Amino acid sequence: MSTIEVEHASRWYGNVVAVNDVTMEVGPGVTGLLGPNGAGKSTLLHMMSGFLAPSIGTVQVDGRPVWHDHDLYRTIGLVPERDAVYGYLTGWQLALASARLHGLPRPEEAARRALETVELADARDRRIDTYSKGMRQRAKVAAALVHEPEVVLLDEPFNGMDPRQRLHMMDLVRRMGDEGRTVLFSSHILEEVERVAEHIQVIVAGRLAASGDFREIRRLMTDRPHVFTIRSSDDRRLATALIADRSTTGVEVDGDGLRVRASDFTRFTWLVPRVARDLDVGLREVRPADESLESVFSYLVTQ
Amino acid sequence: MNRVVAGITLRGMLGRRRALLLLVLPATLLAMAIVITALGGAHPWVTAALLQQFGVGTLLPLVALVVTTGVLGTEIDDGSIVFLLSKPVPRPVIVRTKVAIAIGLIALFAAVPVLVAGLVMAGGADGLAAGFGAGALAGAIAYGAIFVLINVLTRHAVVAGLLYALVWESLVGGFVPGARQLSVQQWAASVAGWVSSSSYIHTQVAPMAAVGLLAATTILATVLAGQRLRSLSIAGES
Repeated sequence: MSTIEVEHASRWYGNVVAVNDVTMEVGPGVTGLLGPNGAGKSTLLHMMSGFLAPSIGTVQVDGRPVWHDHDLYRTIGLVPERDAVYGYLTGWQLALASARLHGLPRPEEAARRALETVELADARDRRIDTYSKGMRQRAKVAAALVHEPEVVLLDEPFNGMDPRQRLHMMDLVRRMGDEGRTVLFSSHILEEVERVAEHIQVIVAGRLAASGDFREIRRLMTDRPHVFTIRSSDDRRLATALIADRSTTGVEVDGDGLRVRASDFTRFTWLVPRVARDLDVGLREVRPADESLESVFSYLVTQ
Repeated sequence: MNRVVAGITLRGMLGRRRALLLLVLPATLLAMAIVITALGGAHPWVTAALLQQFGVGTLLPLVALVVTTGVLGTEIDDGSIVFLLSKPVPRPVIVRTKVAIAIGLIALFAAVPVLVAGLVMAGGADGLAAGFGAGALAGAIAYGAIFVLINVLTRHAVVAGLLYALVWESLVGGFVPGARQLSVQQWAASVAGWVSSSSYIHTQVAPMAAVGLLAATTILATVLAGQRLRSLSIAGES
């Protein structure tokens, strides 16, 4: 059982702060590091994997600073985001090289097991540059798992995969968590994190915006004020009826429809069709105006 | 040395189009040697001039640049180096292995062709071929380490290496006598002059000083490259 401890870690490049005073602890099981692009996820992951020194603060695995400690790679398995692997090697050669670099007593056996785990045994003798994106990703995972690490770090592992490959990789990540490993993966897609992770760390603009159990954070995200754009056959009558309900905190009427601010998402989505039916107003469009992940994240930052 | 790192590095070097590029430069030198000899122009001073100016002065640094970019620069550039760096292998060991492979390949694609071109043009006369072969080998060792260091220090290693080899060694060295003391080409020529008894080899540095400087530079560059690779950062999102 291993733990990653990040304490007041910041990282900046010149005047740009990529990670700002982040403190978190990641334990066994699958943790999703969620945030929009450019939020600092990769920077944080690079600090956890010893490829970047924190400007201030500490990043440790089981109490040992990660930076400048190559021996810690006996505990850590890293699956980098970048697609670059040695394309001129076969999957088998890559896994075997990894096992040998780890100094494992039976490298062939370890390589075989790792390739079987990622279901790449059938393609093991093909050169990696002939692999699909998903297969390359699995080859990288096999190379990272060959020494059965306690900590597995994956940077955007589902990026660029087709749906089938994605499901397969999700299953693999879940299995690693079930085996008691400390698995952390980064993603900017909420659904990916929802399907795989038990714990979640949300990072926005370099800061830790939310942390903890996934369901708790999902509730926070659902309960935030939502803005809807509504177009109907009689916008003004509909506006009057909606503002009378406690789930609505504001209505603006403009030439193109209504902008309605709802404080209670569940009640509001229940309310709109009923009010429209009772008033005999035809609904032409009901559209969430701020469903981008960025707006969800910025709401979380203020909580 | 780490055998697995060496194996991956060699496989990457020899399996690519880069190997073709590495054959073109020495082939040019050998073709020139054969043509000059066939035309009856292989006078010792012509041989010495060709081996010094083209062999040691151009072929050697260019081959060194292509080789070192291949053994390390490309991997750092495309991020595949992360595979090696995320293993429990000390990074100075990775660097030493890469430097050793680079030196071997530079010797193969630059020093050996210089020796063969010398033999074609001068045979065993005055030890010209052996002298320049030894000089090119000494230069290969220093260039291997220096250019690996440059590849660790900057993503623009080819430009930096060309600036060093062409501007510093050839241009500045041509006008500023002091700069010649700090030139791999001059050290290599000095070794060549030491081994050969030919009077056509022009050297500016005493042989002992050249050997000492070659050794010191090689060791220093290798150690620095190892230290720098220990702290190699992979940039996060912009």
